[in-house]
Amino acid sequence: MTDDASPPLPDAVRDRPAWRAFLHWVEGADESGSDGYRGALADGVTRTWGQLLISARETEDGNRRYDLRHVDDDRTPTDELTIHDEPAALRELRRSDAAGRYRPLTSAPTLRRGWALTDLDGAALCRAVETCYPASIPNWHREREGDLDVTHWRETAERQTGIYDLVDELAGDQVERLARACCVDSQCLKRRQWDESPDDALDVPRGDGQFPCREPCSLVVSAAREVALAEREDECDDLSLSAADRAQVERVLEAVATGEVDGVRDGDLEDGANRLRVRYLREKLFGDG
Amino acid sequence: MGDALVVAAHGSHKNPHSARPAVDHAGTIRSTGAFAEVHEAFWKEEPSFREVLRTVAADEVYVVPLFVSEGYFTEQVIPRELRLDGWDPGAWASDGLQASAATFPARDTGQRVHYCGPVGTHDAMTDVIVRRAETVTGTPEVGPGTGLAVVGHGTDRNEHSAMAIEYHAERIRARDRFDEVRALFMDEEPEVDDLTDHFESENVVLVPLFVADGYHTQEDIPADVGLVEPGAPPGAYDVPASVDGHRVWYAGAVGTEPLVAAVILQRAADAGAAVGPALESVRADVGAPPVADGGRRR
Repeated sequence: MTDDASPPLPDAVRDRPAWRAFLHWVEGADESGSDGYRGALADGVTRTWGQLLISARETEDGNRRYDLRHVDDDRTPTDELTIHDEPAALRELRRSDAAGRYRPLTSAPTLRRGWALTDLDGAALCRAVETCYPASIPNWHREREGDLDVTHWRETAERQTGIYDLVDELAGDQVERLARACCVDSQCLKRRQWDESPDDALDVPRGDGQFPCREPCSLVVSAAREVALAEREDECDDLSLSAADRAQVERVLEAVATGEVDGVRDGDLEDGANRLRVRYLREKLFGDG
Repeated sequence: MGDALVVAAHGSHKNPHSARPAVDHAGTIRSTGAFAEVHEAFWKEEPSFREVLRTVAADEVYVVPLFVSEGYFTEQVIPRELRLDGWDPGAWASDGLQASAATFPARDTGQRVHYCGPVGTHDAMTDVIVRRAETVTGTPEVGPGTGLAVVGHGTDRNEHSAMAIEYHAERIRARDRFDEVRALFMDEEPEVDDLTDHFESENVVLVPLFVADGYHTQEDIPADVGLVEPGAPPGAYDVPASVDGHRVWYAGAVGTEPLVAAVILQRAADAGAAVGPALESVRADVGAPPVADGGRRR
């Protein structure tokens, strides 16, 4: 298919090279020959972007239409989903998780299911994707073009002022721990492209996300402030743990860090993260008696 | 290609309501079609100040900070994060109230950014505070027999935060509409804790000059004033509430008032944006009269 035969692009797409490239990628235009591309598109093609599943198809009149839903709803019958036709619907959907908790980080893997946006044109698709994952398309495009402007930890930290002025105290292993805590795929679906500095790569896996993270985000900087304050403290010598207590502390941390704690049953007293077991340990380590 | 508007607000990692005014006002302005694109951007949410400009297709971008005063965020954080090349607070030539707009290129995108003064210090904000008093009392002619308190945070990091409060209080006082008008603060004298000491009027309307409802406006101030017992759940106050023999109408954050969208538009218009009939249509949609004394200062 030549460009001449393509339907005219809407203004919003024409003005944005990143959107044009994204739509081509969604349609699989970069990977198959033009005949294969055309044939595949007629049958419908799908792509994932964070937790979004994007389906593209070519209509009989040669226009492209797109559908969007949660990637885990790929087999959910459409009539069981709440259908929206405006990208703006994602403004609300993205703001809380399935349990109704506020999601301050759009790229956390906690996007709620049960909805679909259908029959979108290219501009509406891009707007929807950018509503769900702001700046993901331009940053992805910059990376493909070889000009993603990565800002590494050191530069971000030194730029901070006010209550975040102290985050540049963190270095080396502390930055490794921070990235391992906040930036792995279980916590954020962006692919981390920043390191401690251009010359000091972090060992933490970058993640498998489609779109890059070009700089430590505000949530990481806020976490860094709390961590930096804690890292200023000396070790205390008034707390001693038996091997069993130590194992239980490890289990409690694991359960909280992974979210498993919500599923620990009240009667499961063999689990160190069980509420009664934790209450006993709290009493032993920090209680009055 | 048309111009773009970016509404720049604080946002929050913890409070989902913090972003609400920015999202709502941006939506109102978007629906007027005055700009080719309208975006929100946040310090604590996404899109971040740092990355919003690359989501904007337009070459000319008007950035309006949805903040109550000039100071740390408007002078340091936002220009730094937007990478405004050559920014210096002196560009606004302001002593805390006069910032209108200054234009700089963004280092990472090359766009021309018309960086506007904050919403809270614009003259048109005076109208919004009065409007808020009207809506919370349900009385379009509220004023006679009633006192009005404009409430601000006070000191903190921001040396100019009290100036905006006092400025609007003075302007409302000069209109001779309310029996008494006071500027009160959470963290400095005169303090909002002693609300009823500052008013002889039985009826008092309390309008906090805050952008969004959150801990300060829904828990702190209501408890300080005595609208609720300390530790009461957020927003659990009566309107009006009875305090020391006064009837107190507590308005919550003025930033949620729909008319704030008109102030944002006015900021952009003052900076040179061609907003066409949008300003009057937004005012008409929220039932506000044509511009009283908003518009460009000086």
